[in-house]
Amino acid sequence: MQRSPLHDEHAALGATFTGFAGWQMPVRYSSDLAEHAAVRTAAGLFDLSHMAEISVTGADAGAFLDVALAGRLSALPLLKAKYSLLLDESGGIIDDLIVYASAEAEYLVVANASNRHAVVEALLARQADFEVQLADLTEQLALIAVQGPAARAILDHTEGLATRDELSRGRTLDTLGYYAAMGMAWRDSPVFVARTGYTGEDGFELYVDASDAVALWRALLAAGEAHGLMPCGLAARDTLRLEAGMPLYGHELSRDILPEQAGLGRAVAVDKPRFVGKAAIEAGPAGDARVLVGLRAEGRRAPRAEYSVLHGEDAVGAVTSGALSPTLGYPIAMALVHPDHRAPGTVLDVDVRGTRVPATVVPLPFYRKED
Amino acid sequence: MSVPDDLQYTAEHEWVRLEGDIATVGITQYAADSLGDVVYVELPAVGAALAAGAIVGEVESTKSVGELYAPLAGEVVEANQGVVDAPETINSDPYGEGWLVKLRVSEPPALMTADDYRTLISA
Repeated sequence: MQRSPLHDEHAALGATFTGFAGWQMPVRYSSDLAEHAAVRTAAGLFDLSHMAEISVTGADAGAFLDVALAGRLSALPLLKAKYSLLLDESGGIIDDLIVYASAEAEYLVVANASNRHAVVEALLARQADFEVQLADLTEQLALIAVQGPAARAILDHTEGLATRDELSRGRTLDTLGYYAAMGMAWRDSPVFVARTGYTGEDGFELYVDASDAVALWRALLAAGEAHGLMPCGLAARDTLRLEAGMPLYGHELSRDILPEQAGLGRAVAVDKPRFVGKAAIEAGPAGDARVLVGLRAEGRRAPRAEYSVLHGEDAVGAVTSGALSPTLGYPIAMALVHPDHRAPGTVLDVDVRGTRVPATVVPLPFYRKED
Repeated sequence: MSVPDDLQYTAEHEWVRLEGDIATVGITQYAADSLGDVVYVELPAVGAALAAGAIVGEVESTKSVGELYAPLAGEVVEANQGVVDAPETINSDPYGEGWLVKLRVSEPPALMTADDYRTLISA
């Protein structure tokens, strides 16, 4: 079991740990609901060091990623981020990832921990025609996220974290756009700061050298004290991302799902001359292939992954993720259902351990922050 | 981790307080902590006759579902409506206000002692 460079910090904060993709990571520190609420109303601090970072450098880096991934990464402006997909030849999703144009002829690919090796293997297998270098930086880097309405104020007040002209290229935290990134300095080390996230709130993700992780984590916690910052575990992260309608690999996404079925058709630049999976994407999913929908269920019992979705006596789909929404107060779920039942307003049932619970198809996301 | 000495325990992480022929049943702090924040509780109806080991209800947290087993055979004489209305009581006071059901039992159960239970959860 791998441990984050922040493991001892988590233990000292009283974290309960869970095994996740070969890593021992905090599932919660205090209470899932309190941590969830902190992110919606103040801020939460997350250790995401288990996520995989792969650097792609070289003159052909953009052209290579255009072929290797579903999106058009060569068009990504410097210091912008893009959500993308790694597909197999049959159009199935090997992983969903965030790609940063981190420097000239340099990209940082951030993949799910559970798919790290599959992503590295696929990228290596696709690099033959290109002048690129790939490096798996997962163990060199720590990833810390600050998410929530107070996130920017907390970063502004974090001792040792500063803008330096040679790194920031004129950007400041105030003007940094969503899905954009900038270099900052953490004491004497560079830290790559991105305004991205997975919680539906404003927030930042900080990539630092693993050796700086503990000091930065402590500085963020100290700066956050006055702003209601709480350390948050994977349990809160899961309910937050579900409310925000964000797919989770292994639940909403898999090799058996084409992007279009998961509502991710826009992440595929179908007009690119060549990319892995192109023929399958052009052919499209079968007419009866299941599609991802949001469900709002009645009562207090959560539909959970793999529970059947019913229409009359017919099983028309299955839940992929579900929870009693902490923010909304009612049960929500994502499910893959037959396309006949995808329209918002459609009333279906979920088989909750033998009891039929009515659930209405609703648009995603379930929760959207106020602007 | 609190494991009161005056209670008896099961391997399914329930506690039993026996007073005369009435057994009060709840889940242990260890179980409550493992589940996370409890957000939904379903309890058996008053008057139900329970067989030992039968699934008689469920305790659902944000992340998971825990089934509630009858730790001993008996008739339900009271179900704690307080935890149905405020499931978080199970987290905040598992051995007190967070009790789940009271059963009338015909014979005293053979359950684990607090020491045995401590050994189980520290393994």
